[in-house]
Amino acid sequence: MAQVFPPGANWLAKWSILFAILGVTLVVGVASAVYWSPVVTQVGVHKKQPVPFSHQRHVQGNGLDCRYCHTSVETSPFAGIPATETCMTCHSQVLAGQEMFNPVKESWDSGQPMEWTRVNDLPDFVYFNHSIHVNKGVGCSTCHGRVDEMRLTYKAETLHMGWCLRCHEAPEKFIRPKDQVFNMAWEPPSDQLEQGRKLVQEYNVEVGQLLNCSICHR
Amino acid sequence: MNYEIASRTRGPKHAALCAACLVALSGCHWDMWNNARYKPLEPTTFFADNATARTVPPGIVPYYDTESKVLSVASTEPPLTDTHYFQGKVEGAFAKTLPASVPLNRALIERGQRQFEIYCIPCHGKLGDGQGMITTRGFPNPPSYHIDRLRQVELGYFVDVMTNGFGRMYSYASRVKPEDRWAIASYIRVLQLSQNATPELLPADVLEQAKNPQPAAAEAHEGPQSNEHD
Ligand code: HEC
Ligand code: HEC
Ligand code: HEC
Ligand code: HEC
Ligand code: HEC
Repeated sequence: MAQVFPPGANWLAKWSILFAILGVTLVVGVASAVYWSPVVTQVGVHKKQPVPFSHQRHVQGNGLDCRYCHTSVETSPFAGIPATETCMTCHSQVLAGQEMFNPVKESWDSGQPMEWTRVNDLPDFVYFNHSIHVNKGVGCSTCHGRVDEMRLTYKAETLHMGWCLRCHEAPEKFIRPKDQVFNMAWEPPSDQLEQGRKLVQEYNVEVGQLLNCSICHR
Repeated sequence: MNYEIASRTRGPKHAALCAACLVALSGCHWDMWNNARYKPLEPTTFFADNATARTVPPGIVPYYDTESKVLSVASTEPPLTDTHYFQGKVEGAFAKTLPASVPLNRALIERGQRQFEIYCIPCHGKLGDGQGMITTRGFPNPPSYHIDRLRQVELGYFVDVMTNGFGRMYSYASRVKPEDRWAIASYIRVLQLSQNATPELLPADVLEQAKNPQPAAAEAHEGPQSNEHD
């Protein structure tokens, strides 16, 4: 019977193992690079908005508190997006009549709401609630980054499940005193773990149940 | 030999498997990501104004039960008979006192301070002197709380201004809850006192310390009365 493989096939067989490993590594590498890149995660990518609203200007520049606009963040799952009325409270006077405010003005005159583009968007099969986090000492900047330094709003974290769980399995690494929740410049102290453990106790955070699937997928 | 045959027959099987995978992949869809439900404020094409959050029709008011503190949707028969609580008015005149459902205590004043510093200081300033940040950016200065006219108005007057707006100030009814309006009004009284206090109002021991300041004792008396000076 004729030989199926020529002698050179031995060489090929050996090297093909190496090539296969290299090839798989390359494919996995490229795939995960794409998966973790801003193109897919949208981290750091700002969205086109009807009005170039700047948190830097309003929070750092004008010293507004987050709750001035996101009124329901402490009391409900939804943080709240300000009504046109809220913008008009100041912009009926400040910079009134400037062209960039046309969408605000049109919305105010017609009663048609402004359509802001969502920046942070969880899939609909995930349940999230702002009030529980804010009332247990998880600060805005832990999840949203330095919003006060953003000219246009962008997403600061991937919001992947692994990202939520990294905190849910050890909240003491991130938790801060409640009166610092709205402080954008808060940095963990050098003894964060120790402080964090105390706060977890003080705020009755039920660490044991935070990894249950049904907390987030209800 | 066997191997060759086997691989030939496996070929089509593999192809079928790959095809099935491709079909399965193309079957991936996003309807778990975007369920047929709306997140708060998500737009819709169903209503003419594209909003899922509906505006309350004219003539209909939110129903707020002061006893259970529950805000329910809307009722055609407004149980807003409690004008004292909701509008700061008793029989048409500005109320002089807090409504019965809002007890005066330290928690109320502290709540008032917190809410004041969120919603009011951009224009009125931390001391209520009408020198807020926004006034340096082209917003006209509101009057100071420390003028005679505002020292003499009744408590309900401030609640009325927050509820209905005044001059260039828009209504804050959609942002500040009725209960918080009373808390803020009470805190305004604290501010007014803070700018017009006489030494006799201090407790005797504090007065003694103020006369003979000792650095260590200075921090012993903290509270809303001393906080607002910072
Ligand atoms: C003057 C009003 C105002 C203030 C004050 C304000 N915001 Fe916003 N915020 C907005 C508006 C309007 C949007 C929607 C447009 C956008 O995304 O930029 C928004 C969007 C956001 C978003 C993104 C929402 C999304 O689409 O996922 C986050 C996060 C946010 N704000 C956090 C904060 C934090 C934290 C603070 C306090 C430091 C704050 N905001 C203060 C008006 C305000
Ligand atoms: C508390 C008052 C206040 C509120 C509420 C407010 N703004 Fe402003 N806004 C300002 C001030 C003050 C400036 C800066 C004006 C200046 O520096 O000359 C400003 C500037 C701006 C600018 C110009 C930005 C820039 O970089 O120069 C835009 C756009 C704007 N605001 C949009 C909005 C929108 C949209 C809302 C409603 C979500 C809003 N503002 C709510 C006070 C306010
Ligand atoms: C534990 C993390 C976390 C914290 C803390 C947090 N947020 Fe968020 N925020 C999120 C997530 C996740 C979303 C997206 C929610 C969704 O898609 O349903 C979001 C969405 C928002 C939005 C868009 C509207 C909404 O509710 O969907 C605003 C505005 C916002 N956050 C503001 C704030 C402010 C202000 C604070 C601080 C008081 C804050 N957030 C604290 C995680 C957080
Ligand atoms: C930085 C820390 C942190 C991050 C990030 C975080 N959480 Fe939490 N989460 C907490 C803490 C602390 C609690 C309060 C637990 C308690 O009170 O027992 C909590 C509670 C919750 C609850 C309520 C649990 C209950 O008992 O009802 C839900 C739902 C939740 N988180 C969802 C999420 C989701 C979804 C994400 C990711 C998008 C997320 N969390 C990210 C810290 C975090
Ligand atoms: C702290 C909140 C939280 C908990 C607890 C949690 N998840 Fe998730 N899960 C999420 C979030 C957020 C996402 C969306 C991730 C994304 O957008 O890529 C998700 C996505 C998923 C997905 C879809 C993944 C995909 O990309 O197709 C599955 C399946 C899932 N979770 C299963 C589970 C199971 C099983 C458990 C319990 C062991 C669990 N989750 C616990 C927050 C949570």
